[in-house]
Amino acid sequence: MVVFITRRVLQSVIALLVMSALIFIGVFAIGNPIDILINPQADQAEIARATAALGLDQPMWVQYWEFLRHAVTGDLGRSFSQNMPAVQLIFERMPATVELALCAMLFAIVLGVPLGLVAGIKPDAWYSKTIMAGSIFGFSLPTFWVGLMMIMVFSVYLGWLPSTGRGHTTQLFGIPVSFLNWDGITHLMMPALNLALFKLSLLIRLTRSGTREAMLQDYVKFARAKGLPMRRIVGVHVLKNIMIPIVTVIGLEFGSLIAFAIVTETIFAWPGMGKLLIDSINVLDRPVIVAYVLIIVCLFVIINLVVDLLYSMLDPRVRLAEARA
Amino acid sequence: MIARLLTAVLLVVATAPVLPAAAVELVIGLAADVTSIDPHNNNAAPNNSIAEQIFNKLIENDPRQNLKPGLAESWRTIDDLTWEFKLRRGVKFHDGSEFTAADVAYSIERPGIINTPGGFTIYTRSIIDKIIVDPYTIRLKTATPYPNMPTDMAGLIIVSSKAARDATNADFDSGKATIGTGPWKFVRYAKGDRIELARNDNYWGPKPAWDKVTFRLITSDPSRIAALLAGDVQMIEVVPTADFARLKTNNNITVFTTVSNRMIHLHLDSSRDKSPFITDKAGKPLDKNPLKDARVRKAISKAINRNAIVERVMEGLAIPAGQLMPEGFFGVSPNLKAEVYDPEGAKKLLAEAGYPDGFGITLHGPNNRYVNDEQIVQAVAQMLARVGIATKVETLPFSVYVSRANKIEFSAALLGWGVTTGEATYPLRSLAATYSAPKGLGTWNWGRYSNPPMDALLEQGLATVDNAKREKLLQQATELLINDSGLIPLHYQVNTWAARKGLVYGPRTDERTYAHEVRPAP
Repeated sequence: MVVFITRRVLQSVIALLVMSALIFIGVFAIGNPIDILINPQADQAEIARATAALGLDQPMWVQYWEFLRHAVTGDLGRSFSQNMPAVQLIFERMPATVELALCAMLFAIVLGVPLGLVAGIKPDAWYSKTIMAGSIFGFSLPTFWVGLMMIMVFSVYLGWLPSTGRGHTTQLFGIPVSFLNWDGITHLMMPALNLALFKLSLLIRLTRSGTREAMLQDYVKFARAKGLPMRRIVGVHVLKNIMIPIVTVIGLEFGSLIAFAIVTETIFAWPGMGKLLIDSINVLDRPVIVAYVLIIVCLFVIINLVVDLLYSMLDPRVRLAEARA
Repeated sequence: MIARLLTAVLLVVATAPVLPAAAVELVIGLAADVTSIDPHNNNAAPNNSIAEQIFNKLIENDPRQNLKPGLAESWRTIDDLTWEFKLRRGVKFHDGSEFTAADVAYSIERPGIINTPGGFTIYTRSIIDKIIVDPYTIRLKTATPYPNMPTDMAGLIIVSSKAARDATNADFDSGKATIGTGPWKFVRYAKGDRIELARNDNYWGPKPAWDKVTFRLITSDPSRIAALLAGDVQMIEVVPTADFARLKTNNNITVFTTVSNRMIHLHLDSSRDKSPFITDKAGKPLDKNPLKDARVRKAISKAINRNAIVERVMEGLAIPAGQLMPEGFFGVSPNLKAEVYDPEGAKKLLAEAGYPDGFGITLHGPNNRYVNDEQIVQAVAQMLARVGIATKVETLPFSVYVSRANKIEFSAALLGWGVTTGEATYPLRSLAATYSAPKGLGTWNWGRYSNPPMDALLEQGLATVDNAKREKLLQQATELLINDSGLIPLHYQVNTWAARKGLVYGPRTDERTYAHEVRPAP
């Protein structure tokens, strides 16, 4: 176990180094942040002064070395455009995104797994076919379009839900969250559902195919022969056996929900970190881009670790120390 | 039945106009992100628009960007090197302290102390000394005659020397240091989400009509429109051209428009002997640069059908441009009109210049910066093709585009220029003057156009304090530039706002959305 975790940590350090270098080279290739940040009224002397103040007059490897030197002390640099520590900017925005992603994942699991089970147990029933057809829509319709349609229907025509923004927030352990009051919940519902749609369809399909396969297994037949009620067969035996691929996918997809909620956040004006990333890319705010990606890499590393630990609980045959991560 | 009734009731509620008379709170949807509340941190329009409602400047801009008294009641030159500002008496900051000349002196120092990349030192760099004559009089000394001092002071926010001293960016975002003299007091700033302000009942000017205002940051165009239609916000700025016609016919919505100070134009590579994207018609590099010839540049200008761009691409939300700024700004020449579409004349000029069959060129432009920028470039390319100039189009995200254009990598490039100062020295100095780093001229002259007689007029204008004389010089300089086709103006943008019925906004050329200028309809 300890060996396993140590190896994981070492691997992630290498991943972090590679990612930071790639972004440095990438942003350097795109252009000069000063060209966008500077007020157009500035003259050449002012531009030169600002360039030097941000250290952008140095060769790229010097800039990268400076970044690494500060990074080991935990300082990932200050945002060019907002003049604030990049990490602070991201952590300020993180609760909103994590809340949205958690809520979306909850929607996806609570709706996706049962619907998938239903469709897997009775594959030929009309409602199963409806579920599967629905999941195709969930897969193929673009997020931004569905989001806009939801706003048009639920806010503009029906007036049931607020169109955009994050509602009233309450403090929970010092973190502002919006799911503890009604205003916050009404604001959270549409973006969460919008973000969940794709994952929901994915989970339906995954659960269905897993269920169909499991239903043909000998242990199900045996359980039936033994006279176990259907509820117990599906709820305990089938579900437990199809859980491993589902947990993997939930884990991986949760990371991507947090990292790439950008489209939903933009459509619903949700003040999360995805919007921060897009804005930062548009003005080549390199410290924020680098810090964002490094934080996301860490997030994926942690999620993968948790998933691996969950495996060993779900399936006693998995031994972590031998697993090649 | 009950469900149906309920739906009907909800429908009525949703479509009923929001009555501003009953609502004391105003909610406005903004189109661009506000990144900081510190008024000296980042000189970007969305930030300035908010700061200017909490704070004041010595001199304010009216909706047409004419200068009007702000915290200064009057200003004049004592001699060629000294400006004197008489300050308004009895003005109180939000914390109750009195506004005096010391606050002005500190506000002029602060941009240089905090030192940020997109900062405000451009407005203070000309000042070499500040003399506080008495608490209500301050004199500013410059090294050379400096007529643009009032314009600069119309860009610099005055903060409280007590509250802002040693304050960090975070102190402003939290409201601790956000103590101004303006019509609104700071309440709350949630990054990426909203800014909440409350009315300052002790404001020295006309008081806002609302107790509270919330600015929601809704950067996605369709979402902003939806928020307005749903009644979540009562007013939005920057209506997308595609939705404008539909909103205009909506009975619950009123739209407001005015010409913008932003001019969209083309820079043509006019000084190099060889230009990177100039080819013959077969696509082989040309060892001559036709754009050096003023006749070729004029031909390009004549080949562009500006009315068609305005009608088709901009859906009527633009005005054909014939010079650097729309009518009514300081330094606009009465003799210049938008170039008339004349393809035959263009062909004739090309033939005279020795290119009867035209040549090949690539037109570059951004694709995420100005209203419909990509479509404009494509339309211009088709028009040029019609007079024999085989034109390719390449559009790039602005972040990539601006860096390459600043390195003069293009032969023809589209740029938009918002004349935030409201007068002609700014565009002339930045876009048209001969590039010179020591003089600080021609910083954005992407065509490296050079016209020494025009430079002379401009430099004379930059040092002439007499307003009438200066305006004449700037008009002449603009005429020299446009008649020589030093750059090709296409159109001025139109600024748009849309509000629920019952609200009135006096639209502004400077794209600002001021809550205190939103009023209930009489």
